[in-house]
Amino acid sequence: MMTGPDIEAVFRAEYGRAVAVLVRFLGDIDIAEEAVQDAFATALRRWPETGLPPSPAGWIITTARNRAVDRLRREATRDERHAQAALLHAPDAPPEEGPVRDDRLRLIFTCCHPALAMQARVALTLRLLGGLTTAQIARAFLVPESTMAQRLVRAKAKIRNAGIPYRVPRDADLPDRLTGVLAVVYLIFNQGYEGEAGLCEEALRLGRLLAELMPDEPEVTGLLALMLLVESRRDARRGGHGELVPLPEQDRDRWDRELIAEGQGLVRRCLRRNRPGPYQIQAAVQAVHSDAPTAEATDWGQILQLYDQLMAIAPSPVVALNRAVAVAEVEGPRQALDLVDALDLDGYRVFHAVRADLLRRLGRGTEAVRAYEAALALTGSPAERAFLQRRMRTVTR
Amino acid sequence: MKYYLLNVMQPVGEPPGPDVLGEIEKRLDALNRELREAGAWVFAGGLHGPESSTVLRPRDGDVLVTDGPYAEGKEMLGGISLIKAPDLDAALAWGRKLALATTLPIEVRPFLGEAGE
Repeated sequence: MMTGPDIEAVFRAEYGRAVAVLVRFLGDIDIAEEAVQDAFATALRRWPETGLPPSPAGWIITTARNRAVDRLRREATRDERHAQAALLHAPDAPPEEGPVRDDRLRLIFTCCHPALAMQARVALTLRLLGGLTTAQIARAFLVPESTMAQRLVRAKAKIRNAGIPYRVPRDADLPDRLTGVLAVVYLIFNQGYEGEAGLCEEALRLGRLLAELMPDEPEVTGLLALMLLVESRRDARRGGHGELVPLPEQDRDRWDRELIAEGQGLVRRCLRRNRPGPYQIQAAVQAVHSDAPTAEATDWGQILQLYDQLMAIAPSPVVALNRAVAVAEVEGPRQALDLVDALDLDGYRVFHAVRADLLRRLGRGTEAVRAYEAALALTGSPAERAFLQRRMRTVTR
Repeated sequence: MKYYLLNVMQPVGEPPGPDVLGEIEKRLDALNRELREAGAWVFAGGLHGPESSTVLRPRDGDVLVTDGPYAEGKEMLGGISLIKAPDLDAALAWGRKLALATTLPIEVRPFLGEAGE
């Protein structure tokens, strides 16, 4: 017996695929979206009686395509040219399952085109590939629904008017463009890390999809591994009162062993390829943490080496800050503080939190309290605030 | 096919010396040749500065003639290339070459409608 949640699961899994195929058939994102939503509405009425069809995705795609073609024919008299143009892309042959994989890849590259603003790329990706509603996306990014709706309308208009192509970029452009796609996925993940958990799920789904479609791109694998290993600690990261529990204090029995095994397997696969990149190295750092049975057993020497490698290929103040955290464990808080103080990251809350912790460990209480206050002033998340406040109270001035 | 305007965004102020400009012109000639050979060239040209421009403003059914410049800014329209390209990626590839040739930022704007073919 099919239920609402069952159909919801099919929706989550197949929405992006269906939209991607329909965009190719129809040459228009709005018509494709509407047709797919129509098809799911029909499924919601029909499947509880008929049961799940043998290929739910195929059923949705065929139904959506027929709906769209009917609609376009009906409207052909009203808006002749537009409809005719769209119909040219809608041959009568039934949709094939074969090129479906490529369609989703096309759609990702279109949604994440560098000619679109970052916010628009994120919103489009969640909307078209994830099937999230405008209201859900707006809530996750803390903007009014009308703002998000307008952002999506503008982005789709730009795709149409500027002629952003619906295809996977040429080999020469692929590395750059892929970096842009991965940045969008990672941004969605990080937004979910700090707030709406559903976004992490969505980012993982996109990460798995990319890894499946582009198995030869080690950074794609690296990003998926990174997200899996971070996600494995979701439960352990929250204390009884919803406060943030930092890595060293986490109950490691609450880590998700399945996600860890999957993430570590992917890291090993990357290492064998030996084409390192920033996501792979960050994933390797997380894998070292996941390997340690206790916080004390963490191999900080190896983590420091990995950050040295990351600084060599993708240096940034934030990477230097993370490296300093490893230096504190290997060489001591004094050496780490010197490195941290040399960084120009005054507007970054983690910078102040790391400084505060180092000053606390060095017994420099007054300065530590001031650094905690600076971190708190930049921190919005209640969970993180609770953690910082608790830490600040342990400082002896 | 679509028409795209490649707008050369020139900083307001003294232009570079003749040595530099000569190099830029050589590169632009080569790029325009390449555009023609690819069938993408429609029109290209540099513009005099805004101090040479004249603005016509409709007012009460009549038209007022005034001296430019019409807007103060840090950048001005230095020149344009009008090209024909199948999609934005192709237009951006030409825009990238124009940016390198002129050493200036390039705005790529699609025209309304299609270019035919």
